[in-house]
Order: sequence, then structure tokens, then C-alpha cells
Amino acid sequence: MSSPALLEIRDVNFAYDSRPILKGINMTFPKGKLIAIMGLSGCGKTTILRHIGGVLKPTRGYVKMDGQIIHELDQDNLYQMRRKMGMLFQFGALFTDMTVYDNVAFQMREHTDLPEEIIRDLVMMKLHAVGLYGTQNLMPAELSGGMARRVALARTVALDPMLIMYDEPFAGLDPISLTVVGELIRRLNDALGATSIVVTHDVQESLKIVDYVYFVSDGAIIAEGTADEIRASGEAFVKQFVHGEMDGPIPFHYPAGDYNKDLGVRA
Amino acid sequence: MSILDNLRGIGARVVNAVWRIGYASRFFLMTLLYSGMSFRRFRLTVREIFFSGVMSLIIILVAGMFVGMVLGLQGYETLKRYGSESALGSLVALSLVRELGPVLAALLFASRAGSAMTAEIGLMKATEQIAAMELMAVNPIARVVAPRFWAGVISMPLLAAMFSAMGVFGGYVVGVVLIGVDEGSFWSQMQGAVDFQHDVLNGVIKSLVFGVAVTVISLFEGYDSPPTAEGVSGATTRTVVQSSLAILMLDFILTAFMFRGD
Amino acid sequence: MERTTLDLWVGMFVVAGLGALVLLAFKVGNLSTYNVSDTYQLQAYFTNIGGLKPQASIKSAGVLVGRVTGVTLDTERYEAKVTMSIDSRYKFPKDTFANILTSGLLGEQYIGLVPGGDSEVLKGSDVVKQTQSAIVLEDMIGKFLYSKAESGNAK
Repeated sequence: MSSPALLEIRDVNFAYDSRPILKGINMTFPKGKLIAIMGLSGCGKTTILRHIGGVLKPTRGYVKMDGQIIHELDQDNLYQMRRKMGMLFQFGALFTDMTVYDNVAFQMREHTDLPEEIIRDLVMMKLHAVGLYGTQNLMPAELSGGMARRVALARTVALDPMLIMYDEPFAGLDPISLTVVGELIRRLNDALGATSIVVTHDVQESLKIVDYVYFVSDGAIIAEGTADEIRASGEAFVKQFVHGEMDGPIPFHYPAGDYNKDLGVRA
Repeated sequence: MSILDNLRGIGARVVNAVWRIGYASRFFLMTLLYSGMSFRRFRLTVREIFFSGVMSLIIILVAGMFVGMVLGLQGYETLKRYGSESALGSLVALSLVRELGPVLAALLFASRAGSAMTAEIGLMKATEQIAAMELMAVNPIARVVAPRFWAGVISMPLLAAMFSAMGVFGGYVVGVVLIGVDEGSFWSQMQGAVDFQHDVLNGVIKSLVFGVAVTVISLFEGYDSPPTAEGVSGATTRTVVQSSLAILMLDFILTAFMFRGD
Repeated sequence: MERTTLDLWVGMFVVAGLGALVLLAFKVGNLSTYNVSDTYQLQAYFTNIGGLKPQASIKSAGVLVGRVTGVTLDTERYEAKVTMSIDSRYKFPKDTFANILTSGLLGEQYIGLVPGGDSEVLKGSDVVKQTQSAIVLEDMIGKFLYSKAESGNAK
């Protein structure tokens, strides 16, 4: 972790009304690295991404990207900052009323004055990079789940962002697509020299590709380390999570009163 | 205790309703504020005119034709009692141009195009397309909402005019061609009774106001819908109900101002 | 859909919509009889205007020459003051008569101008001195019954 940090999260606290979601999160994302944020559903992973994107403002602490504190930017500067980011949404979030071509070309058309021939070349390059050259005239509804995810990936990296965020990139994919998408995430990160954040609960697939892992539970970081450190970790929660054990620190039973008492059985 | 609870319930509903109205007004202002792109890149608006205007054409034309034919038939039966069948033209044209054209066209537009807008935007939200656009540094109000708004505002008066014209034709077919009212007096009485400024222009103003109301309600409901399947379907229903009520209430207010006393 | 087909449809839609508006204006409405030429204003006082409304037509010898632009009550004379906008192509003598007439038995009311023989003509914001108020049907029926009764008594 010696390379300079592109993105820093320092002591970020966040609460909806009075319900705390994030409790003092500290993270560092060095340039060129691929970092995973893991945890159970609802632990606050997506909330972290929303802070980075500037959609939410922290109640305390800050997120600093490329030397600027995100939540202090005004609308124009925030939009300027977002152009340096790319985000892949859980199910791709492709624009359903546009062709694959128009989806990938979307940001180029919105943000640049490039002539159509250059846009065309760029779109073909991006589609080729995700192995979907030839699908440009299809509509998103005509793609399989894995293909849609790859098109969304091509759209995400359309403007060569410095920071790429992935929100559950592996959700609902078949094993082959899973490997393909995982491999693409690693390859695109290295090819673009970007920094990538993968938010996921798919441990096995992501441990294969990432450099560093943060474990989040209930709004706080409970473990961090490289992939190998995580695999070897003795921490009870991490062990349960990595190996997918049924009972552990995360109990099988919903916390409730005594079941036996409820039935009137004397234990 | 239960009275207090009921009072609290009423209070919560009122607060919620006021909050929603405020939120919708803010949404409307934002739409106007970010309308620049709808005209700078007019192609975006043209595309939406196709989906809201052109796609509503068939239902508007057919409905207009039948409404005009019914007016011709009923009007003739009533006017015959007073021996003034020749006033059929003015009856048909006045009812269409002043009221039925703008109101019925707007009601049909709300259920045909308005509900489609709500469903489309609601689905874009449910599938995170709106969020994705925002994170791509593209303002979804400017890129998605405003072009649809202007398309609706442009389409509505045109559709209402086509509805009225088609209705007059329907009245002509029934009155003159089928029943045999004198063609000359049909048209001349009509021209004598329908004033361009007072009737035709006011009808256009009405349909413009309805166009604004229907599209704002449709877009707001879509933009504000919970991102689930039930959320979107509920929002679509609310669009049709609220648009219809808004059209009829606004129609009363506008009519009271336009045709009061003189 | 192909861009050009979409444009074509939208183009046809807009043209058809504007066409319908033009049709409503000229064929259904009275825009064709609106005179765009200059007008001048005349005033006339009536003791009773009946159902005369703004935008009512003003005719002379059956030809449309202008429109009523305003109806107000003059509180000094307690008479109705009617403002008329007359096409400046038509000039009327000073002693023109303004009558409120009804088209048909129950039709709309309009103002009929009957020219006199004066050599001077009315100019803008002049007042038409000689007027005849609207014939109110109830009054007429009342008078008729009254005269019937009178003649009945006389016998």
C-alpha cells in the first residue's frame, strides 16, 4: 500500500434521521489497486458508494477524492468530479430505450463534442474490450444477464474514469459470466490504470481478483487485509462469512424471546 | 384516545399532502429551470413528441369522431323539439371547441400518454437508470424529464384541435349527410356562433393548461414512485386519477374566468 | 425506430395539428370574417340593451360592419353605454339610427345601423344620438295583453 491514495474516507459517520448507518469509517484507496468492500446485505456498503458519488452527505467526517472533499463541492464541481468516476450498478442499469451502441456512447455524447466517427470508433473499442463487438444494434432487452452486465461495464469505462465503482457486479450471474465479469474487472482496472472499488458479498469470486479487502458489519469496519490474510483470518465473523457457515457471530435465529417459553415448554 | 388518534391521522395526512404539493412544485420549477437542453437539443423533444403525441393520435381521432357523431344525433333530437335544427352546427362546434375538445382530449392523453410516462420514468428509477445517469454527471431532470414535459405541452393543444376538428366532421356526417340538416345553415350558423378569440383561442389556452397539468403530474408521479413493481403500478393509477381530477377542476376554474358574464 | 421516420411522423403530426387549428379558426370559427383593417370607435346610449353582449355584431343593411367591444352602465344617466368598433371602410352620417335587433324570434341580439341623410359623417369616439332599445319580449306580451283587456272593456 505504498502508492499515493486516490481516494480517502476519513471517520465518516452517517445517519438516516437518528438511525446510524455508518459509524466512523476509515478507508484508503491507493491508485491502481482493486479493493473490495464486503459485508452482509444492509450493512452500509452501498451507502459508502453513495458518499463517494456525492449523492449523500456524511454527518461527520469526509470523503476526499483527488485532493477535493466531495461533500463541499457545489453542483457544477460535483458533476465535474463525477466525470472522473464510473459506476456499475447492481443490474447494469442500462438505458432500456436505447441500443447498446447509444448506451455506450451516452456519456461521450453528453460530455464531449467529439464527431460521430470518433464516437463510433471509441464505442467499438469499448465493446471489443468486453468481448461484445457485434451487439451494437441490439436493445438491452435482447441481451442475457451476463451480456447486459458487460455492456454496462463498457458504458462505465466509456470516458476512461480514474475511479470505477462496482455495486454487486456478480449478483445473479451464471458461473461462466461470473468468471468473465471478474476477469474483466481486473483487466480493465490494470489496462486503464484506474482504481476500482468492488462492493460485494460474493467472497470466493472477489478474493480471486482483489488486492485488498475491507469487511464491514453494522456500519463499521471489523476486518481488513489482503486476500490471503482474509482467507487465513481467525476472526470469527470473517471465518463465518468466508466459509459461509450457518451459525456463528451472525446467529441463525432472529433475536427474539425464548422460544420454549413461548410454547409453554419447560426446558 | 381514539379521537386524538383520528385527529393525529388527519393531521398527518394534511401535512403529507402539503409536503407533496410543495415537493411537486419544486419539481415543476426544476423542470422549467433545466429546460435549456430540451430546446438546444430539440431532437430529444421531437422523440418524445413522437411517443406522447403521435402515439395518441389514433385514439384521439377515433374518439373525436364518435363524440361529434353523438353530439350530432342528440343535438338534433333536442333541437328538433324547438324547431331549430339549423342551429345544430353551432351546438356541435361550440360544445367541442369550448369544452369537449380540450377536456376529453386531455383525459384521453392522461390515460394514454401520461400513464406511459409515469410507468417509463418509474421503471427507469426502479432499475437505477436515473441514479446511473446522475452518477454519469448528467442531470436526469434536464435529460429525461424536461423533454417529456415540453413534448406534452406541445402535443396537447394540437391533439385537442384535432379532436375538435374531427368532432365537427362527425357532427357534419350525422347531421347533414345522414339526417339531412341543411348544409348551408349548418356551417353558417356555426360560423356565426363560434368566435375565434372567445371560443377557439380560449379552447387552445385550456388545452395548454391541461397539457402542463397532465405532464407535470405524470412525470412527478413517475419520478417520485417507490422503486418497486407495486410502486410503479400504484403511481400509474395515481397519475390517471389525479390528472383526471385536475383536468376537471381546472376546467371549471378556467371556464369561470373565460366565459363569466359576457 | 429509424430517426428519419420518427422525424417524418412528428412533422406530419405537427402539420396536421396546426391544420386542425386553422380549420377551427376559419371553417368553424369566424376568423375569416374578422376584419384586420382599421376600426374606429363609436358610442351609443340605450335605455335597455336586453341581451346584447360584447362581440355582438353590428350590421347595416344586413352587412357586418363592426362589433360591440364594451357594455357598461353610465351612472350619470343610468343608461347602458355601448362601445362599438366599426370598420373604417364604412362611414355613417351624423344622424344615423342605432337599433338593438334580434335575429329571428329567439336568436342573438345585434345592433342595426340605419343611416340618415346628414352630409357630415361620424368620426372616432363620436356618440350616436338616436337609438332604439331592445325589444323585451315580456314587455311586449304585457302590452299586448293590456291592450287586449282595454279593447275588451271598451266593448
